[in-house]
Amino acid sequence: MPDADDTHELFRKSCLRFAEEKIIPHVIEWEEAGEFPRELYNEAAKDGVLAASIPEEYGGGGGDMLHSLVRTEGLLPCGSTGVVAGLGSLGIALPPVMILGTEEQKKRFIPPVCRGEKVAALAITEPGTGSDVAGVTTRAKKDGDDYVISGSKLFITSGVRADQVTVLTRTSEDKHSGLTFFIVEKGMKGYSVSRALKKTGWWASDTAELAFDEVRVPKENRLGNEGSGFVALMQNFQGERLGLAFMGHATAEVVLEDAIAYSKERSAFGRPIAGFQVTRHKLATMATKVLAAKTLNHSVARRVLAGEYLVTETSMAKNFAAQVAQEVCYEAVQIFGGMGYCRETRVERLSRDARLLPIGGGTSEIMNEIIAKGLGL
Amino acid sequence: MKILVPLKRVADPDNANKVKPTADKVDTSGLEWKINPFDEYALESALRLTEDGKAPKKRLGEVIVVTVGPKETETTLRSALATGADRAIRVDAEDDALDGRMVAKALQSIVEAEKPDIVLMGKQAVDGDTNQVGQILAERLDYPMATFAATIQEEDGGVLVSREVDGGVCWLRLKNPCVVTVDLRIVAPESVYSLKTDKSFKHNDGVRFAALPAIMKAKKKPLDVKTLGDVAAGTELTAKYSKFEPPPQRAAGVKVADVAELVQKLATEAKVI
Repeated sequence: MPDADDTHELFRKSCLRFAEEKIIPHVIEWEEAGEFPRELYNEAAKDGVLAASIPEEYGGGGGDMLHSLVRTEGLLPCGSTGVVAGLGSLGIALPPVMILGTEEQKKRFIPPVCRGEKVAALAITEPGTGSDVAGVTTRAKKDGDDYVISGSKLFITSGVRADQVTVLTRTSEDKHSGLTFFIVEKGMKGYSVSRALKKTGWWASDTAELAFDEVRVPKENRLGNEGSGFVALMQNFQGERLGLAFMGHATAEVVLEDAIAYSKERSAFGRPIAGFQVTRHKLATMATKVLAAKTLNHSVARRVLAGEYLVTETSMAKNFAAQVAQEVCYEAVQIFGGMGYCRETRVERLSRDARLLPIGGGTSEIMNEIIAKGLGL
Repeated sequence: MKILVPLKRVADPDNANKVKPTADKVDTSGLEWKINPFDEYALESALRLTEDGKAPKKRLGEVIVVTVGPKETETTLRSALATGADRAIRVDAEDDALDGRMVAKALQSIVEAEKPDIVLMGKQAVDGDTNQVGQILAERLDYPMATFAATIQEEDGGVLVSREVDGGVCWLRLKNPCVVTVDLRIVAPESVYSLKTDKSFKHNDGVRFAALPAIMKAKKKPLDVKTLGDVAAGTELTAKYSKFEPPPQRAAGVKVADVAELVQKLATEAKVI
């Protein structure tokens, strides 16, 4: 599929090269260890693949939204969605600062993250609420020039080692206009990591539950006015969901490639399994699904890039690609047989990683509710 | 220091070549393209020669990349601009209308117009492997030439080049303007030094990344287009491809019972001893 312009193609190649040279040689070790070295953030910053769509004046790549998305396509062949997501957590943590922050806040909170010196995370979900953000109960109470934040956040990507967390809080009882973002920094009294979560996939990405026990945060860390959180959050969701949609087709494309190669090598009953119609047709169907998801994703991304606000279509793209990733990964594991159940193969890893796609950033069921609403139901 | 780096786009060697039997050209449809690796090394060397290794963001010279090919090769040039080259020239031509001599003639015109201090290029392209364009170009320009450079040090008004040869290293001191073709070790950490780069400095191993800010800037860097008629008027092709065919399939191996049988087969069947 032709890119919007050749900067996207060139950037994808740089990301792929980064994956091949700096991630793949260590990927199994990092997956088993459950984390990748922090230095990888610096390396990625140095090689210019870390903060794609943040403007250059704040230390980012100066690209557009599509650069962030092709970054996923370029990095995913590393075979660890966890590394891609861990490196990418700034992609969801920084946009609220870009949308709501003052010039001073942007200069303070963005460049160190783009240089890879600080790790940023986004904290929305709570033990009692996910996409229904009206249910957010983490409270920020005004106290003089400060706010005091209390509550907890769950499933926070890069949460364990985050140096700064973009936290959604409730500053008033009003369901939507009572939501406000704050930057909580490591070392603030009362802020702690309750636990690192063990997951089905995304092993190399740390995922945390965070506790806020009367954390005193200066008003300089409040993003936007009180109550400005909801609109920024909705915008951020669109970027996050499109990112997950791209992760879906990129995952499917990688395992398809592996499955095609393996089917030519692996013999059964005296000939390569690629020679059996059952395998050939399986692969043909997989390839068709990959193309369909990729085409839908790129088409929605192009339109969003051109300025359209496509909530329904973004949800459709995310759901479709997540489903395609499940189906293609399942069949790829079948083609690999026993090897597809062994941790050394990319197919095994990505098939576990892919299970997150219909859950993270809003479940398929939530996406379908959004789509139904878009249909006037 | 002004350096001209000719680049050739080649099919990614990871792609299996699809050769149509009896065809007089290689079918290039569906192939992935990349810069000829040796040309990439030449570009990296040119960038190193036009910067202080410790402060690579500040350009201390100019690197012009040039390619001869159809419109699609502009992506190749953009990718060179994205790694740091300052401007680009494309000579518009179809691949079929080119041979080594024609490319050298086109490059000669560009060198005469641009007057670079050095023409720095790959020792050969990994597709045709003809290893001739640099040599023909130097001859036509009557410039001093060093081929297969393993190291390059900038000197006052020239370069000191080392070449790995059988039994040792051959050192050549060239006066600018000159033509230098590079081998793969040129991108080792201690291979290339500009006058500004301290000799204790070690470069990164290999060619640099095209970082996104540089990719975005590359969009705005100048890319001029010339026609083959502008730069190689009246030149005829001297090489004509008549047929391409894939190498014969390798036959399956045989198992031998003992050393005697092996020796016998090597002598009578393989005829290698």
